[in-house]
Amino acid sequence: MSKNGPVALAFHTLFVIFMLAPILVVIWVAFTPEGYLSFPTDRWSLRWFYAIARYPEFVSAFWQSLMLGSISSAIAVAISVPAALALARYRFKGREAFAALFMSPLMIPYIVLGIAFLRFFTQIGIGGTFTGLVLAHIVVVMPFALRLTLASAVGLDRAIEHAAVSLGASEWTVLKRITLPLVVPGLASGWALAFINSFDEVTMTVFIAGPGTATLPVRMFLYIQDNIDPLVTSVSACVIAVTVAGMVALDRAYGLERLLVGRGRDGR
Amino acid sequence: MKTGMPYLLSLPALLLFGLVVIVPLGMTVALTFHDWGQYKGIDPVFILKNWREVLEDSYYWEVFGRTFKIAIFVTLLTAVFGAPEAYILNRMKSPWRGFFLLVILGPLLISVVARTLGWALLFGGNSGLVNKALMSAGLISAPIPFMFTETGMVVALAHVMMPYMVLAVWAALQRLDPQIENAAVALGAGPITVLRRIVLPQAMPGILSGAVIVFSLAASAFATPAIIGGRRLKVASTLAYDEFLNTLNWPLGATVAIILLAVLATVVILANRLVERRYAQVFG
Repeated sequence: MSKNGPVALAFHTLFVIFMLAPILVVIWVAFTPEGYLSFPTDRWSLRWFYAIARYPEFVSAFWQSLMLGSISSAIAVAISVPAALALARYRFKGREAFAALFMSPLMIPYIVLGIAFLRFFTQIGIGGTFTGLVLAHIVVVMPFALRLTLASAVGLDRAIEHAAVSLGASEWTVLKRITLPLVVPGLASGWALAFINSFDEVTMTVFIAGPGTATLPVRMFLYIQDNIDPLVTSVSACVIAVTVAGMVALDRAYGLERLLVGRGRDGR
Repeated sequence: MKTGMPYLLSLPALLLFGLVVIVPLGMTVALTFHDWGQYKGIDPVFILKNWREVLEDSYYWEVFGRTFKIAIFVTLLTAVFGAPEAYILNRMKSPWRGFFLLVILGPLLISVVARTLGWALLFGGNSGLVNKALMSAGLISAPIPFMFTETGMVVALAHVMMPYMVLAVWAALQRLDPQIENAAVALGAGPITVLRRIVLPQAMPGILSGAVIVFSLAASAFATPAIIGGRRLKVASTLAYDEFLNTLNWPLGATVAIILLAVLATVVILANRLVERRYAQVFG
């Protein structure tokens, strides 16, 4: 394979600058010592990071997002495991339709899902509640959880389970002692990917979050709509830091390329 | 027992999706036929008022026109820049390849609100960094207005959607056998010919499937057009949001959303069919 020429490398450099510029700019402005938006050059300050503590709505929204992401991702993974086993191991009527249904939140615009959830939750009396948020988030993170649990269920060597059965293990023992331990790394990555997606979700959540249940991205969005000041840049910088930390951990544990691209050739 | 097992295993997910996806979507479709009044609220009757209003008022046509125009430009931009970048990435050596893939795909996981805030800071009026950079590079003579314009929305959305295009083309290039390129070179083909005759045809399915994803996500994007477009420059999703949370005319907002869903579903299905028919022999 030939190497990239100078033109290709120049293009690549500009491309990387384009991809990183808006993210770096947010972090840069967050360190301003001034009371207004500016790009600090000689003096840096953490004053806007300390200022976050004085805005309880951001702090409580952060905990709200953390709880919501953890709980909904855990439930999504718990529901994905049996579904993934069914899809991976059995050929049954309606299998394709089931898979399409469980992946459908990726195909339906989040704006439509937000509206549908708002209408439904208001009708059944859980509009604006944490329960409603959890239900909605389970649904939207389900495709991510399912994709990774499915990958680990497909990759499982059935011979090991057959060996356990031939040695006298019951079906339940096989599940508990053989199958589950083997799929745990996939489940953990599925949970993490689901968590990141839940933690960042704004379009759907903005419809169903009540004043007391607003998540961090929703608070940031509503704040930015009114005015942009250094406070929201320091909050964003914290969110970026959390995501990058999660991303690096995921990359070490699972491989981000594998996570995002899937298994490549044998993927379908 | 054996035949019931897969259904039993899928039951929790089926119940959840039946109750929390299919029922609400059905209710939303029903909502588009309900009446609404300032004082009476939502009146559950069956009328075509909302559909007529959206389809007959030129304002809604203008908003939908803008939505799809922006989505098309975003798709073109991501294809023109994302596809070559995926090719360049694919030719990189091992540590750099993984590193830059992480750098380019990573933003996918970073909050859209934070990324759009970055663009709002970069655009920032006439003195924004982007305009300063473009002017000092001699590319433009007067500042381009980015904030509250369609241009700004296209640039910011292209950034948000770019990883999807790179991802799709990257996945297609993984199937490409480098020996074919080498064979073409050995047979005397120049670099342009190799790109045009060997690489591009094989990358095309990736570009097309990336384009479908980018188009549908860009047409239904919400946070980025809302922040860059401000309160007045509306696209379909921000219009629906306004009807729901400001005007409180839910039936009208639901109609806008369902039309968006229907158009996008049609585009995605037609495009997928086209890609499958056109490239069936490649993957067959």
